[in-house]
Amino acid sequence: MGVIYVLWLRQIKRYFRSRARIIGSLGQPLLFLLSLGFGFGPVFQRAGQGNYIQFLAPGVIAMTVLFSGIFNGIELIWDRQFGFLKETLVAPVPRVTIMIGRTLGGATTSVMQGLIVSLACVIVGFRPNSVTAIGGGLVFMILIAVMFTALGTAIASVLSDFQGFQMIMNFLVMPIFFLSGALFPLMGLPRALDIIARVDPLSYGVDGLRSSMTGVSHFGLSLDFSVLSVLTVALLLVGSRLFSKIQI
Amino acid sequence: MIRIANLVKKYGEVSAVNDISLDVKAGEIFAFLGPNGAGKTTTIKMLTTLLQPTSGSIEIDGLDPIARSTEVRRRFGIVFQDPSLDQELTAYENMQLHGVLYGVPRAPRHQRTEQLLKIFELWDRRDDPVKNYSGGMKRRLEIARGFLHTPKILFLDEPTLGLDPQTRNQLWTQVKALNEQEGVTVFLTTHYMEEAERVAQRIAIIDHGRIVATGTAAELKQQTGTDSLEQAFLTLTGTSIRAESATSADAMRAMAAMWQRGRR
Repeated sequence: MGVIYVLWLRQIKRYFRSRARIIGSLGQPLLFLLSLGFGFGPVFQRAGQGNYIQFLAPGVIAMTVLFSGIFNGIELIWDRQFGFLKETLVAPVPRVTIMIGRTLGGATTSVMQGLIVSLACVIVGFRPNSVTAIGGGLVFMILIAVMFTALGTAIASVLSDFQGFQMIMNFLVMPIFFLSGALFPLMGLPRALDIIARVDPLSYGVDGLRSSMTGVSHFGLSLDFSVLSVLTVALLLVGSRLFSKIQI
Repeated sequence: MIRIANLVKKYGEVSAVNDISLDVKAGEIFAFLGPNGAGKTTTIKMLTTLLQPTSGSIEIDGLDPIARSTEVRRRFGIVFQDPSLDQELTAYENMQLHGVLYGVPRAPRHQRTEQLLKIFELWDRRDDPVKNYSGGMKRRLEIARGFLHTPKILFLDEPTLGLDPQTRNQLWTQVKALNEQEGVTVFLTTHYMEEAERVAQRIAIIDHGRIVATGTAAELKQQTGTDSLEQAFLTLTGTSIRAESATSADAMRAMAAMWQRGRR
């Protein structure tokens, strides 16, 4: 337990000490929120779908948590080449413990990013249904954060340098985000897109967030929660396994 | 304390370490020398549970590093060739984190951190983030950290690379003192022959994955009929420069250097 705690604490300290990163990573979600939110707002309204900011905000929050989570996981590559990973790998502690500590720490900071962006959304005009809605949203943020930090860690465990990073961003992370229903409703999509959206794990994250915060749901809250929980546990297991196999 | 028998590590067809055998006694300072790419770091990685040998056996304090890795890990400290500190944390935090990882109880953890940081003259700067440290300070902190959990063996992989003579001198004085006080076995590699001659009781020279000579500095000089260890080393390993392939790690290091310059 002590080990998980110190490794968690390490991630938290690193997060608070790099203010530039905190602010930098807020730029993209705010841009999406403002340009898409206000840009497409009138069209969305005319199509009879209501307030677009209200629809988009959970998607942007999910995006923030997704990117931040993947990034926290991938940061392992940095640790691997510039040192600190080795210090933990020769420590007399099971590798699984190290992976869990890291992942929980990374996930916590991703949730914090998500909360900051949530606040920004509220400032721009997003209104969650109630105070309890925020609690429900938090649960989904945590699930998304742990799932994608574990995925990032799993990927970073098999990559030895950043050369594959661009590929991961363009062929995995970006599609996960764009095809998840974060930006558009999943109703009446072409068949192919509909199938992809159903396979995309973030679809359930976005839907869970949206449904708990605004009451609008596509899959239903219980399906969202089940899919995310199962996938989170599965990715934690896969991540731990790959992390345990790292040789330097 | 360390016993290696017929150790082999192959990467595909290439043997990085080719059938080496060694014995390091408890409390000894042992220098492991060789040109770049001779197999020093690969050997250290196998001794420290980071890499699995292709064949051969290793005993660390009587234990097999593969089968009983956790117990073996508790018994040694290591200073890697590349820095392995968390740059965003302070020196004190790095020490504490290490202590928790090694299960050192709270009271001795603080006490020994203070003692070691004072020995290595870092106590006044303990609350500075490591990224603000000079190269020599980082190295000292890593060595202090290696001693924190009172290991039986300390591995030092080129700990003085890139340091000025003053820092190197001070560093070895402190390591030697701790070796005498606490009876830690020290297994070191270096390219500075005079350092090996000064601190190590025995020396092994490795080349192309094979051990070409073992003995005290005097014995090696006598064996080769030379009057300095550097000459003896060159006689044993030849004067040709070794081709080292650039690995992804080198590319990353270059990138990191650029990155850091960009930030300044």
